[in-house]
Amino acid sequence: MRPNDVVVQTATKVLVFIILVFSVFMFFNGHHNPGGGFIGGLMTSSAVVLLMLAFDLDTVKRILPIDYKILIAVGLLIAVLTAVGSFLFGVPFLSHTFGYFTLPILGEVELATALLFDLGVYLVVVAVTLTIIQTIGEDR
Amino acid sequence: MFTALHFAIIAPFLAAILVPILYKLVSRIHTGWFVLLVPFLLFIYFIQFLPITSNNESVTAVFDWIPSLGISFAAYVDGLGLLFALLITGIGSLVVLYSIYYLSKEKESLNNFYVYLLMFMGAMLGVVLSDNLIVLYTFWEITSISSFLLISYWYEREKSRYGALKSMLITMLGGFAMLVGIVLLYQMTNTFSIQEIAASSSEILNHPLFLPAMLLILLGAFTKSAQFPFHIWLPDAMEAPTPVSAYLHSATMVKAGIYLVARLSPVFAFSGEWLWLVAGFGITTLFWGSFSAVRHTDLKAILAYSTVSQLGMILSMLGVGAAALHFDSIDNNLYIGATAAALFHLINHATFKGSLFMMVGIVDHETGTRDIRHLGGLMTVMPITFTIAVIGSFSMAGLPPFNGFLSKEMFFTAMLNITTFNLFSVDTIGIVFPIVAWIASIFTFIYSMIIVFKTFGGKLQLNKLPSKPHEAPFGMLISPLVLISLVIVFGFFPNILSYTVIAPAMASILPSVLANGEQFHVDIYFWHGWTLELFMTLGVVALGSLLYLSIRKWSGVYSLFPETLSFNKLYDQTLFTGERAASRITGLYMTGSIRHYLVYIFIFFTAILIATLFGKDALTLTTDNTAPVSVHELILAAMLIFSALTVMFASKRMTVLISLGVTGYTVALFFVIFRAPDLALTQLIIETVSVALFLLCFYHLPNITKDLKKVRFQTGNFIVSLAVGITITLIGISANGTRLFESISGFFPEASYDLAGGKNMVNVILVDFRGTDTLFEILVLGIAALGIFTMIKLRLAGRDRL
Repeated sequence: MRPNDVVVQTATKVLVFIILVFSVFMFFNGHHNPGGGFIGGLMTSSAVVLLMLAFDLDTVKRILPIDYKILIAVGLLIAVLTAVGSFLFGVPFLSHTFGYFTLPILGEVELATALLFDLGVYLVVVAVTLTIIQTIGEDR
Repeated sequence: MFTALHFAIIAPFLAAILVPILYKLVSRIHTGWFVLLVPFLLFIYFIQFLPITSNNESVTAVFDWIPSLGISFAAYVDGLGLLFALLITGIGSLVVLYSIYYLSKEKESLNNFYVYLLMFMGAMLGVVLSDNLIVLYTFWEITSISSFLLISYWYEREKSRYGALKSMLITMLGGFAMLVGIVLLYQMTNTFSIQEIAASSSEILNHPLFLPAMLLILLGAFTKSAQFPFHIWLPDAMEAPTPVSAYLHSATMVKAGIYLVARLSPVFAFSGEWLWLVAGFGITTLFWGSFSAVRHTDLKAILAYSTVSQLGMILSMLGVGAAALHFDSIDNNLYIGATAAALFHLINHATFKGSLFMMVGIVDHETGTRDIRHLGGLMTVMPITFTIAVIGSFSMAGLPPFNGFLSKEMFFTAMLNITTFNLFSVDTIGIVFPIVAWIASIFTFIYSMIIVFKTFGGKLQLNKLPSKPHEAPFGMLISPLVLISLVIVFGFFPNILSYTVIAPAMASILPSVLANGEQFHVDIYFWHGWTLELFMTLGVVALGSLLYLSIRKWSGVYSLFPETLSFNKLYDQTLFTGERAASRITGLYMTGSIRHYLVYIFIFFTAILIATLFGKDALTLTTDNTAPVSVHELILAAMLIFSALTVMFASKRMTVLISLGVTGYTVALFFVIFRAPDLALTQLIIETVSVALFLLCFYHLPNITKDLKKVRFQTGNFIVSLAVGITITLIGISANGTRLFESISGFFPEASYDLAGGKNMVNVILVDFRGTDTLFEILVLGIAALGIFTMIKLRLAGRDRL
């Protein structure tokens, strides 16, 4: 019989969002402060792992119907396309650029193509971690 | 330019391509008839060069193959090359003709046979007509390969395969040595062309590489020509079909080594080592071959040893002929006779040995055996074959009026003359040459008589013969008859050879003796008075006959040497022990235990690094670049050491795991105090994940016990790990103590904001400055994840298949 872990589950419901927000913060913060795609990705996956621990694999699979193997490919594709994209502007492979834009609500922000590349890293890290954990977890 | 001459050389290869097609399409006609055209037409083609070479002129045609390396297919026809080319094509035609009758159309796979034979013929032509040493070597190896294929023609027989392997190992060994010799020659002279090397021979005489090059090339020549002690492959090569034995192992391939010695005489022959080596090995082989031939009972084995001994004889004459180079002119030059004798005997040997092999083939074919203990009394049954045997053997024994007599007399003359040569201390111990030559000739006489009279004399033992003997079909007899008539013609009119073929060939071997426009005048007489040579021959006949008649009484001599001391035994033992030793050595260190391999790797690693560290004097133990140590660092270091020691001495797996985790977190703390926040964050998370994964492993793998037996202490492991640790520490300290130049880190703090618009330098380096590394690192992660997925998910499928 499964023990009643209502405390854990309730706490998880709150914590997961905090962790997710923090991971997103880490990701966007990476260009100027400690953080970045790698740490952000690991943190996001730790939120999902927490979900897996509190509930179970099948539930998590149901609420997050993602095939992480495809996500690896998507992440890699984003990174590679960012890198290849520099060819369109006649500059070498993986040349980045940045600029300052004024956006509604956010005010003046700096947007860098490095962030796109970091997005690829982020997705790959999330997907890799979750693929490994899910695969091992499902193994009987 | 690709000329007709080049085409002639590779024509056999081109014809070899057509052979299987003809074999399939025109199966009614024996394929040999088509093949016969090739050597015959080539023979006629090469005859046309005779007028050119007899004027001491030569034909050169160069076709660039690899010009950047100085390798060109340079066809070069001079007296020596032409002599061999005529032998190859002439005897080639006769052998093909003979093989048409010898090999059955129905039973044998003729396509293989003729493809190999044509390959061999082309390669042999290439060897003798190439001026470029690399091209020569290429063709040389093709002769070895095609000879290997021909010996193992009946590959279902175990002995054929054994003989083929043996001949290949020995000739390839020599061929490879020869290649090294060629490379050394190139080092000295910067050219592969034999003519150019010969032109600079006096310059390289004192070069330190001269002697190694000579020895290596001689090794190639000796192995190919079956010289003592490399002669052992030739008797085993007799498992080949008889046409092959007649062609390869009497007339052509075994003379490739002799060709090489003759061809490179202008390069090396001025040195005393050459004279002694070539003449010495030649005379030893002559004696050993003729001595061994007497003990054998298989006709082909007798002929094989006889070939060995005759090759030794030719080689010894070539070696002695090198003495002629020490005289500037041909006047009063006693020693040029030796070279003439060598060439003359080369031709004679090809004629009589070819015919003898064919004779043995006929006997084998018609009676079913080659064993002289079963044969006898065939004289009346096979009169033509008997005639062939008599003439061939008597010529081999050196009896008048055949050509063997002439060359044997010239051989004795050469051996007697060399004793008067007063260089390289020949005049003191050179006296052994004529004595050994004379004794060897006696044995030659004995086995020649054995071949004739044990096979054809005595009583016919019909009950011992597998099939009833009768005379061979005429087609089979044509080739030996042609060769036998040549034996007689050359015996009576030797001078038809001397001006056309021998003199030009001598000019190729001894070019420095000739003044401009001068020519050798070789006259071979039947009768040259009551000389010492004639008495030697008489002695050979008298003593030889006596020994032949009393052979039963003294044949016990052969059992004085036990079988275990023979060179064959040595060869077999070498292979056997070599294989066993190799397998033992491999078994010694390839234990299959990863623990051992790791120990090798670590020992090698430490040894190399320590040796470099001290050898290059790179060890610097200074504190110049060190920072002051703070209390935090000391505490963390103590924690690190403690957790590391716990890992080593823990008795429970769980303790090991937790200590590993402690190590990881301590490292993260180090990152914190060394101001690396990104690293610290990543290290914390990764350490957590990996500890979790370790736990998972232990949980899921039931075969691993939760408790460790305490790690056994092994002194070896302790020393190795200590050595590795000390090495790395020393290198770390030394590297830190020596700063050769400023680090580039000064560039990044400013550039990361100005050029990449980011204030987090680490992240900017990761995604911008060194983004490619990151790109491939996430690829590595992806591959790892997919690998884990595959291993776990596909494991079941694999198990099912098993």
